[in-house]
Amino acid sequence: MAVPRLDNRPCGGRYGDIVQAIGHTPLVQLKRLSPKPSVRIWAKLESHNPTGSVKDRVARAMIEDAEAKGAIGPGQTILEPTSGNTGISLAMICSRKGYDLKVVMPANVTPERTQLLEMYGAEIVYSEGSKGSNGAVELALEMARADAAYYMPYQYGNPANPLAHYNGTAPEILEELDDVTAFVAGLGTGGTLMGVGRRFKEERPGVKIVAAEPLQGEPVQGLRSLDDGFIPPIIDLSLLDRKIFVSNRDAVIWTRKLLDEEGLFAGVSSGAIASIAVRIASELDEGDVVFVVCDDGWRYLSSGVYTLPVDEIESLDSTVWW
Amino acid sequence: MATIRIPPVLRASVSGEKEVAADGSSVGEVLRDLAAKHPQTESQLFGPAGDLNRYVNVYLNDEDVRVLEGLETQVGDADTLVILPAMAGG
Repeated sequence: MAVPRLDNRPCGGRYGDIVQAIGHTPLVQLKRLSPKPSVRIWAKLESHNPTGSVKDRVARAMIEDAEAKGAIGPGQTILEPTSGNTGISLAMICSRKGYDLKVVMPANVTPERTQLLEMYGAEIVYSEGSKGSNGAVELALEMARADAAYYMPYQYGNPANPLAHYNGTAPEILEELDDVTAFVAGLGTGGTLMGVGRRFKEERPGVKIVAAEPLQGEPVQGLRSLDDGFIPPIIDLSLLDRKIFVSNRDAVIWTRKLLDEEGLFAGVSSGAIASIAVRIASELDEGDVVFVVCDDGWRYLSSGVYTLPVDEIESLDSTVWW
Repeated sequence: MATIRIPPVLRASVSGEKEVAADGSSVGEVLRDLAAKHPQTESQLFGPAGDLNRYVNVYLNDEDVRVLEGLETQVGDADTLVILPAMAGG
């Protein structure tokens, strides 16, 4: 007997393995967060990727690019600095493809990130928490210089990172929406904003590209000098129309709003991005604002961001959330 | 006078203050006034050509001035400039 046609086509698709299932994420309208009916807010749920974050796209693109160039082969050890999510995505993909993975990660991330990395078989080298991701980059570069056996994809400088969004995230959004007034994403490596931004500027020249970035808490600003600041080489500021920081406190408040008002269980950076999307929406008379939900909430549960009053979250300013 | 929020890495150069006030009608003028009052900040804030140090982010209230008008961005007395080291994520 024939199976009746699904009413909610297209489904997520059919794939030969979990790595192929990366991407093709839902775009969901958030009506309660919208300040007026003539402005629609859309969440691109990158949390629906296999490991629960947008970084699955980036990790797959970087590994497949290295394979295509013949830069890596069976048994290769891959080394990467990360605040966690890229490491988790690489760990899943490396475990499927037979590569060893070593990640360098700040010590002050949530325990779930460590658990996920270990679960997928990655080795973790911790960098100084007070230096945030900058410290992880610094240490990983030192390790790579000292041992040529490592292959480092280096998400901060690898063109495959923005290309994953240029070829994936951006066309997926354009398949669903004829017009996009503004696109809002987080600024970590710059990959999402650069890739989607470039594609949108080519195909929808009027779209505003807006970066939301973390206002790192003082315990994470443990640099010796302002010269220890780090700007990922893939970032081209000329693609951005706005660049706005969000405090950890506001990020958590908006993460809770996503949950309470829209039923969306997302990570802390997604709350920050949502706050900027709503701000941009409130400045418009009409249009469509798309923002990226970078990851799911599971990996932050132990921090209390969903259950404790904001003022009682002990690690609010000392944790690397992005 | 505009308010400038000082990051931990610069506080030793401004007698430990978290916030200082400075004069000027543009971001460049306000930061120059800060550097005049606290000379140890100058080499951290500015490059040799007088442009903003590449690894310093300066925000007018919460927006990065590099995506506004840079050092020419206009500043009012009620505004706050926030200086931060550029930090990555990922």
